[in-house]
Amino acid sequence: MHEMSIAESLVELIEEQGRSQRFSRVKLIRVKLGALGHVEPEALRFCFDAVSHGTIAEGAALDLETVAGEGWCAGCGRTVPIAARYDICPLCGQGHVQMIAGDELRLAELEVE
Amino acid sequence: MCTICGCGTATDEHAGHDHHHHDHDHDHDHGHHDHGHGEGDAIDFGAGLAGVHLPGMSQQRIIRLERDILSKNDAFASANRARLKAAGVFALNLVSSPGSGKTSLLVRTISDLRSRYPIAVIEGDQQTSNDADRIRATGAPAVQINTGKGCHLDAHMVGHALDQLPLAPGGLLFIENVGNLVCPAAFDLGEAHKVVVLSVTEGEDKPLKYPDMFAKSDLMLLNKADLLPHLDFDMAACVGFARRVNPGIDILTISARTGEGLPAFYRWIEAHARDADQPAQASG
Repeated sequence: MHEMSIAESLVELIEEQGRSQRFSRVKLIRVKLGALGHVEPEALRFCFDAVSHGTIAEGAALDLETVAGEGWCAGCGRTVPIAARYDICPLCGQGHVQMIAGDELRLAELEVE
Repeated sequence: MCTICGCGTATDEHAGHDHHHHDHDHDHDHGHHDHGHGEGDAIDFGAGLAGVHLPGMSQQRIIRLERDILSKNDAFASANRARLKAAGVFALNLVSSPGSGKTSLLVRTISDLRSRYPIAVIEGDQQTSNDADRIRATGAPAVQINTGKGCHLDAHMVGHALDQLPLAPGGLLFIENVGNLVCPAAFDLGEAHKVVVLSVTEGEDKPLKYPDMFAKSDLMLLNKADLLPHLDFDMAACVGFARRVNPGIDILTISARTGEGLPAFYRWIEAHARDADQPAQASG
């Protein structure tokens, strides 16, 4: 379950920010998760609760925003929505689509006090 | 000692290894961010989002970061990559499900190649040093990392393992990741290439079921080819599925038991190690 180390990395990043930006409590954590990435949102929530205990992130609301999959089709030269990493182009029905969004794992912003 | 964190905690058994927190106390320069200007020209530190004055309490604010959550691992990985490059060592990260034959492949590869290259091995498993013991029996130096609860190796663990291995110029380093087709895909270790090993007993649709791993690998080894006559494994379908997920992936059919296909694997290593040695070559 790699969500555990991802949750640990998230809490470490927040604690670093807490030291450099001088805040002591986090109310909201906004994370962007790619829909086609490797992180299961519910598993991440579960792990976050476990590893944030006793840190400045304890009790913070975890807002997981899903970023939809998007790719660039070399065949029709357009950006198209994709539902899987290996999707064919929904417009021209051919050609491999290069994924350009949907693999995010990013701490977007924090609401702190 | 770790080149980034400077910690001196290198151990070969990382069971229960704490990710130590470094209390660097450098002063980050803060620009004067908006402290809610009140009426007139007064700067009002109490006029934050909460709108109340509470002496001694900081105000609520929003910090925009847009930082990759795995940026710390990626920094360790970049340090490992630079260190391996400086030492002239070509590193491969072997990933697969448990039981695909990674260790048997390594044992065979080491005995075939040890006269041509200095070879070192990092073994990752949740428990036991069985795999490192098998590697050491070939005469090659090996470090066992026990991940304990962890389901993958990360770049920090690998950095500490590098401290304990001879990194000989022109050498090969094989990193055998924890047997798991999901988690290790997310963690760059600083290797030149990921190599995914899929045994033909596992079923041809694995690349579609676990696309991340196959998308991030540069070579797929289809192992246990000697068993093909006894199986219904559809080789063409498997190759098609792998190319669908990753059109650029190289694919070789091998048997670590009989040695079938291994010369092609060794030629692949030789060619890519040479490429990696070119100064202009982008590492990846």
